[in-house]
Formats: sequence, structure tokens, C-alpha cells
Amino acid sequence: MIRLLAFLLLAALPARSDELRGTGDLGVVVERATGSLLIVDRSERAAIGRVEGLGDLSHASVVFSPDERFAYVFGRDGGLSKVDLLTREVAGRVLQAGNSIGGAISDDGSLVAVSNYDPGGVRVFDAETLAPVADIPTGSKTLGLVDAPGRRFVFSLWEAGETWIADFSAGPEPAITRIPGIGANPYDALISGDGRTYIAGLFGEDGLAAIDLWAEPPAARRILDGYGRGEEALPVYKMPHLEGWALAGERFVLPAVGRHELLWVDSRSLEGDRTRTAVHGQPVFAVARPDGRQVWVNFAHPDNDTIQVIDTLSGEVIRELKPGPRSCTWNSRRAARRSGSRSATPGGSRSTTP
Amino acid sequence: MLRLAPLLALLAAPAAAGALPPLDRAAELEHLVRQDCGACHGMTLAGGLGPDIRPAALAALDRTALVSVILDGRPGTAMPPWRPLLSEAEAAWIAEYLRTGDAP
Repeated sequence: MIRLLAFLLLAALPARSDELRGTGDLGVVVERATGSLLIVDRSERAAIGRVEGLGDLSHASVVFSPDERFAYVFGRDGGLSKVDLLTREVAGRVLQAGNSIGGAISDDGSLVAVSNYDPGGVRVFDAETLAPVADIPTGSKTLGLVDAPGRRFVFSLWEAGETWIADFSAGPEPAITRIPGIGANPYDALISGDGRTYIAGLFGEDGLAAIDLWAEPPAARRILDGYGRGEEALPVYKMPHLEGWALAGERFVLPAVGRHELLWVDSRSLEGDRTRTAVHGQPVFAVARPDGRQVWVNFAHPDNDTIQVIDTLSGEVIRELKPGPRSCTWNSRRAARRSGSRSATPGGSRSTTP
Repeated sequence: MLRLAPLLALLAAPAAAGALPPLDRAAELEHLVRQDCGACHGMTLAGGLGPDIRPAALAALDRTALVSVILDGRPGTAMPPWRPLLSEAEAAWIAEYLRTGDAP
């Protein structure tokens, strides 16, 4: 029916029939080594364009504008590119730092923030023009950047072991809330679908930090404390990433640092579930299928030839795929935690598809 | 030629004990440097969570010290020991690749 309507519409507008399209079917694939972005159409199952000249995309991530026309691409080299998915052109680009790790867009779509290793901190830009809005130096490598409701950004400091909240609700001068002492070396973070809970994974400690953003003042508490049971962690050859909140409604899953395990956490109490899933190697990404029925996991070197599929009800491995050595350890469902859009999207996570 | 150069350097260096990696292994090691060391140090090796490891940045470190960091890591940092995965000859190849290499 939808196709038919579209056809009738196109028939009535012959002059523009090739040009008119929505972005609902479109997605992007980061081509990391060549610094380009492939634009794909899910229904056509085809690549429909390539946008080049985006710099070093070897650790790139993407968020989308509220109207889902523009993709903001955050490159490793500090490049922030705004790509128009309809015209397949670079609509704006700034080289805003020397070394970057990711970004976020505010819930109202007006601000784009980038977290930087060098110089350590967060820089915020006008989403329309990419003009600079605010510079928030932290003195630390800054990561785990997410957006929270009310024009806020939340991020963590690797060396300092802190989480900061930058509140832009009153205008371009942010009100900064610092939460010190969250734990040693936060390496990545996630935020719950309702924007209430921020969880930072800790590389330097045997546990994670959870922050209730609804509390006044917000404070960090330790969850899954001592999940390694005092055993010495294995060498970590690739830092895990945190994705995949709220699986199967009540639990979410996290990669254990330095262990061949996934950890399950109750999403309301934040208490660790007794369930552990033994997996093939050290997990890097544990990402839920949009309906939360399964979790797909990939692994750090030297186990990066394998992907395992986990059933979220039983917590058991149900399939093991061997795409082969040197298979991509980058998960294309990364990023796009835009709080304004989460509730509208079943399953939440939706990075490559705007 | 760039790949050959570190091998020749190793041939000339008696300190690099053990069998040299065969050429196909050398290609794997180069891939490992870019993709796996690159996970922290950046694919261009210009740095990330880990420091810049391009030749200029490593100039102050002698080869033995660099091989030791690769094999045994740096305790208290995120740099892991690669000894479980690499032989001493392979670590020496990587050290030479990093010190002289073609990192952009």
C-alpha cells in the first residue's frame, strides 16, 4: 500500500520521479581505511552512493539529525563531517581536534558534541552550520560521550576517573556538573533508553560505575563490583565497547574486561545477574538485535575471526559464525544514541540506519 | 621494499635471536600493527587511547626497550603484554617496523 501510494505520487510528479525519496530506508556504512561513507538502501539492498574525503575513519561513529536527512560522522583525526544522505554530499566539515573518539547530538538536534583525546575535552558545534558553540577542556582523554534529555551531554575522563554533565538547556554557556571518583580509567559508557542511567565501564577496576541522572545531585555508585572474583584479568588486546541496553525488557548485557565472559545486569535494580555467559574470547561488542531477542558478540584479537549469537532468555550461545580471520571487528550498529529518537524506535539502537 | 627493509635490518642485527618470520607472516604482522595495535594507537599509529608510535615519537626508545614493551606490556597502563601471541623474533620485527617504518 505504501509502495502504491508512492507510485501514484510519483506518477503525478513525473518531472521529479527520480529525485523524490525519504531517508527511512537509508543507512550508512563507514569505509574506515579509505575515509569514505557508503550510503545504502535497505529495501533495494544496494549501495546508492559514496561520499569521500572524510579523513581518518578508523575509529568512526555516526549520529543522525532529527529529520534523518543528515549524518554527522566523527573521525579519529578530529574531523567532524555533516553528510547529506539525499544529495550524497558533504554538507559541512570541520577539523576540530587532533584526535577524537566519538560524538553525540543533543535531543533537540541543535548541538553536536565531539569527545576528544587530544586536546582532552569536549567541543560543541551548531548542528546546522558546524560553527563552534562551546569548548570544554577536561585535561583528560575524554570518552563515553552520550546525549541526555534537556540539551545535556554526559562524558567521562580516562585519566581523572570522573564523569561530567554539560547542560546547555539555558543557552550556549554550559552548566558543568562534575562527578569525581567514579573509578579508575573509564573506557566507554552507555545511557539507558529513558535517559536516566549512565553506566561507565572501568578498565582500571573490577566493576562499573552507574550514575542516576535524575538524582539531585547525581552521584556514582559501583555496580557489578568484583565481577572478576579477584582473578587476574587476561591481557586486553582491544578495549571493549558498551552497547545494547535493555535486552529482553529487563536485562542488559555487558562485555567483561579481560575475561571470556558476558555479564548480565537487571536494568531496574542495576544488580548483577548471577548469569554469566562464557564466550569464545574477550568480547568487544555485545549488540542486541532491534527486538532484543538475540545478542551478537564479536571478539578481540586473536579471536576476531568469530561471531557468536546469544539467546537473551537463556543467556546461552546458540550460533557461532566464522566469517574468517581479519573479519571486521567494527560493528556497524555503533553510535546514534540520540535520546530524542530512542522512544520512537523499537529496540532503540539504530546507528547505521537513520 | 619497505617491508624488506626491516627484515634486512634484523638480518644485520645479531641481537634478534630466533627464526625470522617468513614473508607471509610479515604481512600478517603488518596487518596486526595497523589493525590491532591500531585499535589503541590509531590505524595511522598517530595515537588514540595509547600514545603516538610513529618513528619520530619512538626515536628516544632503543630497540631492546621497545621489544620489551611489546612483549611484556607496560604495567599500570592499558598496554598489554603480547608475549602470549608473539615470538621474540616477531616482536623484534614489529619494533623495527615501528622505528623505521612507513607510518604516514
